[in-house]
Amino acid sequence: MIEARFLTKSFRDKKRGEIFAARDVSFRVEPGQIYGLLGANGAGKTTTLRMLATLLKPTTGAATIAGHDVVTASTQARAQLGFLAASTALYGRLTAREMITYFGELNGMTSAAIRARIKVLADELDMHEFLDRRCDKFSTGMKQKTSIARTLIHDPAVMIFDEPTLGLDVMTARSIVKFVRDCKARGKTVVYSTHVMSEVEKLCDVIGIIHGGRLLAEGTLAQLREKTGEQDIEEAFIKIVGMEDAK
Amino acid sequence: MNWSNIITVYAKELKDSLRDRRTLMSMIIIPTFVMPALIFGVGKIATTVFSKARSEIPTVMVLGGETSPGVVAALGDSKKVNIVPTAADWKQQISDKKIRATVQLPVNFERDLAAGAAESVIIYNYDGELKSGFAANELEKFFRTLRERAVATQLARRGLPATLIQPFETKRENVAPPEKVGGNLLGGIVPYLIIILCFTGAMYPAMDLTAGEKERGTMETLLCSPVARVDIVLGKFLMVLTSSLAAMVLALTSMGVSFAVGGAIFSGGGAKVAVVGKVADATSAAASSVMPSIDPAGVLGVLAMVLPVAVLFSAVIFTVALFAKSYKEAQSYVAPLIFVVIMPAVVGMLPGIELNARLALVPILNLSLVCKEMLSGIWHWNYIAIIFGSTCVYAGVALALAVKMFDREDVIFRA
Ligand SMILES: Nc1ncnc2c1ncn2[C@@H]1O[C@H](COP(=O)(O)OP(=O)(O)O)[C@@H](O)[C@H]1O
Ligand SMILES: [Mg+2]
Repeated sequence: MIEARFLTKSFRDKKRGEIFAARDVSFRVEPGQIYGLLGANGAGKTTTLRMLATLLKPTTGAATIAGHDVVTASTQARAQLGFLAASTALYGRLTAREMITYFGELNGMTSAAIRARIKVLADELDMHEFLDRRCDKFSTGMKQKTSIARTLIHDPAVMIFDEPTLGLDVMTARSIVKFVRDCKARGKTVVYSTHVMSEVEKLCDVIGIIHGGRLLAEGTLAQLREKTGEQDIEEAFIKIVGMEDAK
Repeated sequence: MNWSNIITVYAKELKDSLRDRRTLMSMIIIPTFVMPALIFGVGKIATTVFSKARSEIPTVMVLGGETSPGVVAALGDSKKVNIVPTAADWKQQISDKKIRATVQLPVNFERDLAAGAAESVIIYNYDGELKSGFAANELEKFFRTLRERAVATQLARRGLPATLIQPFETKRENVAPPEKVGGNLLGGIVPYLIIILCFTGAMYPAMDLTAGEKERGTMETLLCSPVARVDIVLGKFLMVLTSSLAAMVLALTSMGVSFAVGGAIFSGGGAKVAVVGKVADATSAAASSVMPSIDPAGVLGVLAMVLPVAVLFSAVIFTVALFAKSYKEAQSYVAPLIFVVIMPAVVGMLPGIELNARLALVPILNLSLVCKEMLSGIWHWNYIAIIFGSTCVYAGVALALAVKMFDREDVIFRA
């Protein structure tokens, strides 16, 4: 389970002064649920998710990952977490197997457990053919599979995806979407951020619309349609963001 | 702090770095092969140039020789110099290196000398020019002998003994043990090399493991693993330290081996290292004539003193490189640091600068000075304690700073 309560993050920027990248963001995601964070570039998605992943400390507010506070129990929180973002790359000079093994070791797994887990993941993700090749020679698809295996090596209860399909071709993006759905099916708690409306539509149980660091609206697809009176998710999004900007 | 995590991070960084060509170069290839080759090469070239200059017969000009044909003829016969006809532009010719020196004889030098006293002989040379200096030396030697012979003649004519003008002689002999001589010759250059190698050895992995990771986006991946940041820093830091020490130890070993083998080659004759047992004595004797032997305890002492300095360098470069967003940016921060490191090392190489309590607190310079002493067989334990202690404190502070920086999100996630 993920719970965010009034998460706020401000940065001090030389030119722009104090920026609130996230302001009072609160939401809750249950196991077996996919929460979609929908927002344009600079809306505050990455900042919010980095706070959940304990990479950034909230300026104010709090959050828990599977019951562990992200500030006071950040190590335990990370142990329950798989974090996959466009910005989480692979070590180019390691092979896929070495990369995944390293993260298994960092998660305190025994080498026998790591070997067994890699076998399972490589079967599922169809990775056997490139498991012992170096990551810097991989295609985007192979990289993405290796990254997924890396996040799953310790079988975390919570998965956080930050725009995982950014810059991927259609086929690879589709396989990611399928994989996220699999996570849900296995009862994992999932947060998924994107600026692509169609992905949210296909994937998410609950959608939160984020803009200017604030969570403006939250609900199922049906609820958002009803609230805005728009059938199309894109129109609904524009309407919600537009109402905020008009204020 | 969790040692098993630190070791996991360290082991991965070691494996990763050994696959990085840049780190491999600065950590292994350059110290082992390029450094000794460079030093031997420069040494060899210097020796060759010097002996070639020595063996050249300098061309000189004689002014005012018309009234002293006997002296000019004797100078020509000496075969030590090559006399060319007098020309008006002799000064220019010395500057242009067409001739090496000019000697001016006073008018009627020969006649006055025979009579008992003559005016000064003036030798013109180009100060600071090696070959011109050699020519002037030869001329001086010739005229000194001439003078001594004149004195002897005068004394004999008056029936006086030769000891009248030289009642005693002075001689110089070396009482320092051979390792002390070695220390003074090598003592200057070895600490300097050690300092540079420690620095360059640490440089590439320190940049790769910090700014390089940020640039490639693996830093964020690593930070979402459930390992405390202090463990990550220490694991990475140990890798940087390993590279720093490896570079230094490899270079010293390689140079030591080269000296042992190359000593024979340098001395020329005994170069045929065929029968090892028999040649060993000749080799070591030959080697000691070129490279005086070094006290092994001194070498161990130097290694012990270098350890905290390597920690200091590794931690400082690590911290500085951590600020950069990219490898390139890190290079532009770290490269100027080389001068900060080289300056005190060079000052320590200067002859005449001796260790005292205040200099013992100056990082790098103190290492340079204490190494010079240790290699000469001098052990000032009080200074050694101050230097080791103070460097450990500096190193500790630098490492604490590195850990602190790694915890700052504006450093790790610099926008
Ligand atoms: N480290 C930082 N320093 C200053 N401003 C930042 C920093 N990180 C993000 N921001 C700003 O915060 C806002 C939200 O950014 P981000 O969370 O990356 O948005 P998104 O992921 O939705 O595109 C942007 O205006 C961005 O410029
Ligand atoms: Mg983002």
